[in-house]
Amino acid sequence: MSEEVEPLISVRDLVQKIGKQEILRGFSLDMFRGETLVLLGKSGGGKSVFLRHLIGLMKPVSGQILFEGEDIANLNERQLAPVRRKIGMLFQDGALFDSLSVYDNVAFPLRERGEKNEKLVRQKVHEALALVNMSGHDKKMPVNLSGGMRKRVALARAIISPPQVILYDEPTAGLDPIVSDSINRLIRRLQQQLSVTSIVVTHDLTSCNRIADRVALLNEGRRHFYGTLDDLHATQDSIVRDFVDGHSEDGED
Amino acid sequence: MGLLDLVKSGLFGFFTYLGQVALLAGETFRSIFAARIRFRLTLLQIAEIGYGSQLIVVVTGAFTGAVFTAQAYFQFASLNMETAVGPVVTLSMFRELGPVLTGVMVAGRVGAAMSAEIGTMKVTQQIDALRALAVHPVDYLVVPRALAMLISMPLLVVECVGCGVLASYLVAVYVLNIEGVYFVNNMQKFTEASDIAMSLIKGFVFANIIVFISCREGLNAKEGAVGVGRATTETVVICSLSILIANFFLTMFLNILFPAGQR
Repeated sequence: MSEEVEPLISVRDLVQKIGKQEILRGFSLDMFRGETLVLLGKSGGGKSVFLRHLIGLMKPVSGQILFEGEDIANLNERQLAPVRRKIGMLFQDGALFDSLSVYDNVAFPLRERGEKNEKLVRQKVHEALALVNMSGHDKKMPVNLSGGMRKRVALARAIISPPQVILYDEPTAGLDPIVSDSINRLIRRLQQQLSVTSIVVTHDLTSCNRIADRVALLNEGRRHFYGTLDDLHATQDSIVRDFVDGHSEDGED
Repeated sequence: MGLLDLVKSGLFGFFTYLGQVALLAGETFRSIFAARIRFRLTLLQIAEIGYGSQLIVVVTGAFTGAVFTAQAYFQFASLNMETAVGPVVTLSMFRELGPVLTGVMVAGRVGAAMSAEIGTMKVTQQIDALRALAVHPVDYLVVPRALAMLISMPLLVVECVGCGVLASYLVAVYVLNIEGVYFVNNMQKFTEASDIAMSLIKGFVFANIIVFISCREGLNAKEGAVGVGRATTETVVICSLSILIANFFLTMFLNILFPAGQR
């Protein structure tokens, strides 16, 4: 993976405030085609906020977000639509439409993109549900699903019309180790089979070790570390070490 | 100083709110004219708004007509003008009571439900999910509701008035023993097409008020269940007050177009 390759998404000097609190203070990051980038950071440290910028759900105070060379930071809702069609997002708690069944949720992106052939829709929905091990739950309503199931259905919805980029917001948070592992494998498989670019926000290091090509650490609103998994494990930087080895700041054992 | 600031911030808040509602309405009508219409969702909303509001509209109309008839009769009987009850009730129902009562009832039933539903979608990130899937929330949520409301409301108003007049007739003839022929004859003599037009126009205007305030409240809901509750309450309060206030100005304006009592 040479550095000369043009990044698919390039974020430059992103600044975001919520109220008076500065969440991102000049955050920059490059994301390359076909790679899985894991963004680590403390809870409430602005990782999810960062992710929301990549799909235009939030507008930065200042800074650029270049997607395929085009700055999407200040596009309006309608201008963003073509970009959003290339990006799928898995929300932290799934964000399934609770008035629609599992089947209709997964079929939603296809139907919204004008797919009228219901037979094709059914076939694709069943494929997507099978991919996330959720076959046979078509008719259930989202309220009747567990958190892990909801997340997997949401993942099926995000990948049904295969995007170029998938943004994962804490894909394994709150899941048992077995389901977590199946999600990790799925992320890996999507990347290998569809050469999807994945950006994963997490504080789950097991997951990070399983899926990451590159790792970045967000600390105090800035990029504190950026490198490969090997770099992450080799670095002696104290903040990275504390995070990776799980020490709290006042942590004398 | 303190009072002036209060007035300033109040006015600022009012115009901000008005601007937000107007922008939402503008975006919605742009979408409608660009034919970004989901017919299935619109039909579902018509069923929800129009069909679902039958009970409250019929009961409201009928009992208002009935009680108004009785009260008018008690007053007019002492002047031997019992047969004036028909036109008085009919005109008031068409021009004022029908549209206003339907508006307030629909705001309570449909407006509250709309803002609660959209507000819940907002606070549970479902609106963000829509946006992330490249679906504009206005196209998907507001356009079907607005169309359904604009179609249903005038019909509901006329239905409310119809029930009121029918109830009025029944009470007048069978309870208060007014001659049915006089009742109908006088009613027809004093009621014109313009009275019906007035109630349709008011119904249409109130539909706009209800749908855009409800959707604005829903789309701006914040902070979980409490926020949705607040949005719902505000919807009912703001819609009802707006309807009552707008009604006065509509009456004054429409009276220029369709002068009352000129024949």
